[in-house]
Amino acid sequence: MSEEEEEIRIGVFVCHCGSNIGGYIDCKSIAEWAKSLPHVVFTQDNLYTCSETGLAQIKKGVNENNLNRVIVASCTPRTHEPLFRSCIQEEGVNPYLFNFVNIRDQNTWVHQKEPEKAFEKAKELIAMGVAKAAKLEPLEKIIVDTTPTALVIGAGVAGITAALSMANQGFETHLVEKEAEIGGKLNILDKLYPTNQDASELLKSLKKRVNDNTNLTVYTSASVKSIEGFIGNFEIEIEQNGNVKELTIGVIIVAVGASLFTPTGLFNYDGQKRITQAELETLLKNNQVESSNVVMIQCVGSRIEERKYCSSVCCMVALKNALEIKERNPKANVTILFRDLYTPGTYYEDYYRRAREAGVIFIEYAPEKMPIVEDNQVRVHNEYLGQDILIPYDLVVLSTPLVSNEDNKDIAQMLKVPLEENGFFLEAHVKLRPMDFATDGVYICGSAKWPVDITESIAQGYAAASRASTIISHSTLEVEGATSSLPEYNRNLCTGCEVCITVCPYKAISKDENDEILIQQVLCKGCGVCGATCTNHAIVIRHFTDDQILSEILAFGGQYDGV
Amino acid sequence: MTQTETKTESEEWTPKIIAFLCNWCSYAGADLAGVSRIQYPPNIRIVRVPCSGRVSPFFIIKSLMDGWDGVVISGCHPGDCHYISGNLVARRRFGIIRDVLEFFGIEPGRVNFMWASAAEGERFAVLIRKATKIIKELGPIKKF
Repeated sequence: MSEEEEEIRIGVFVCHCGSNIGGYIDCKSIAEWAKSLPHVVFTQDNLYTCSETGLAQIKKGVNENNLNRVIVASCTPRTHEPLFRSCIQEEGVNPYLFNFVNIRDQNTWVHQKEPEKAFEKAKELIAMGVAKAAKLEPLEKIIVDTTPTALVIGAGVAGITAALSMANQGFETHLVEKEAEIGGKLNILDKLYPTNQDASELLKSLKKRVNDNTNLTVYTSASVKSIEGFIGNFEIEIEQNGNVKELTIGVIIVAVGASLFTPTGLFNYDGQKRITQAELETLLKNNQVESSNVVMIQCVGSRIEERKYCSSVCCMVALKNALEIKERNPKANVTILFRDLYTPGTYYEDYYRRAREAGVIFIEYAPEKMPIVEDNQVRVHNEYLGQDILIPYDLVVLSTPLVSNEDNKDIAQMLKVPLEENGFFLEAHVKLRPMDFATDGVYICGSAKWPVDITESIAQGYAAASRASTIISHSTLEVEGATSSLPEYNRNLCTGCEVCITVCPYKAISKDENDEILIQQVLCKGCGVCGATCTNHAIVIRHFTDDQILSEILAFGGQYDGV
Repeated sequence: MTQTETKTESEEWTPKIIAFLCNWCSYAGADLAGVSRIQYPPNIRIVRVPCSGRVSPFFIIKSLMDGWDGVVISGCHPGDCHYISGNLVARRRFGIIRDVLEFFGIEPGRVNFMWASAAEGERFAVLIRKATKIIKELGPIKKF
């Protein structure tokens, strides 16, 4: 609402789009008719409004008639709105004072057999467009400064990769690890598939690169205590040995990984003779495997009602460890009991072939008839034989899933990002934005999202770092002006019911220290859900205000006399 | 088309329908119907909104009060919302709206809520044909 009410002067440009519009309806007479609409002071029809000539005509129209609102009735705003917006901006008119009326894609092209009706429809659409244009308000894009620093939470292989990538791009990077050592699961693994490289070897080289990097600060036995602020400007507190360090951070990468699952009560697990794959890794690492009859059971505690997901790494881990045992003791009997065996891609499938060639036995079991671990033998029902098979063992290895960390909830709450049903972090969109959170400036990689192996963790670490650097590689950030707001003049309408806080998908709305609603424009994407939910119409959705949309609704009935 | 045919056609009553389409899916779907030259009845007037979640119940009631015979609200499919969950808020809202309309004595069929993606020009046209048919059968809106 401007202080001095400026006279509204609307110009309407009706485009023929060659014959795409002009071939069906009489654009000249529509332009002529539009002169009768309120506030319209200039109209024109153009063969192609988007052409050099057309744009020049808009500019001329704006200058000669002091237009402060411009309407183009033509194709679709999805392709041409930016062009016309910048055209009027060049003439000193705020780009948000442009309004598009779609009379091609949504009119002449879909009513080709009813041109008279398309003609009437075009007129009505223009009348609606003019009504909205009269209510448009100038808006500015918001520019915020960004701090060129990154925080990576979790120093497993994904986190280290992401942190190194950020640091190598020249950003001051902070890597926080809750354990005393960095490296995550690399610390407990023996070998890594598919290359059979020693995990300790990879860890050693990563540690060296971390230590040598001057842009990278590592905090071990540390945790993130609080996160405030927004993209480009997060205020972080890190606690280490009772000391609190405060940092200003531009972007955050979540790489907290996942936890091991202890299969208490499953298959007579005892940690001695009946162990998990993770425990077997330690035995292999210390060269303590002496068993000659090993039975591995897959999908222990995963793909069940309570934990529906596939942990994705266990099939390959079992294959790798089975091969390792076979390699050290070719006479050892290794049997893998499985529900389904997942070895996707060329390398992993090849690994499976190698295991078969080495003499590893694979027996399928059905979830309805689970294997039974007895004192010295495993009983498994085989569908094809129609009977139980008894396999003697001196070591049973259970392939258990990676599960979400218990403290994920705390981190999620601080970051205002969601967790899924299993407690893993939920990305913004599985296909469109796999490394992003819905909250701007926060990214995710590795097993924090769902269990992934070392190869995938490294790939995701790089991916998250590249997403994060798109933000802090610029010193400022431009934010859309068409956002939600609670203007001063509406403050008294707000009852503080907090429904807007609940529905906002971006957590852009909160209450300030005075218990008043605060909308962070930087976080807002302008979806308008809060405004439509606000029972008192206190919230204004800029560029799609109640007033603007109502003017479109009421332009048809002719009963409109302001709200 | 002969003169007489045009006349009979124009004499036949057809509804006026206001369609609130989300910018990212349904508005693009409506454009695609155009690009693919899929024809549908010329009864709808499209209002572009950022998200189906932007459509306040107030807009719907006001449209019907102002003489529009029917309302269409279309957003992205569940799970595909450009704004993550705006369409789900919209869905919840319109479940309630339909009940309220009935309470007012307005046929719930006048308000049609649907999903159409940016790739579904054909689906958009089919849904608009369907909505137009339903609203046409209900006849002109009564002033209230």
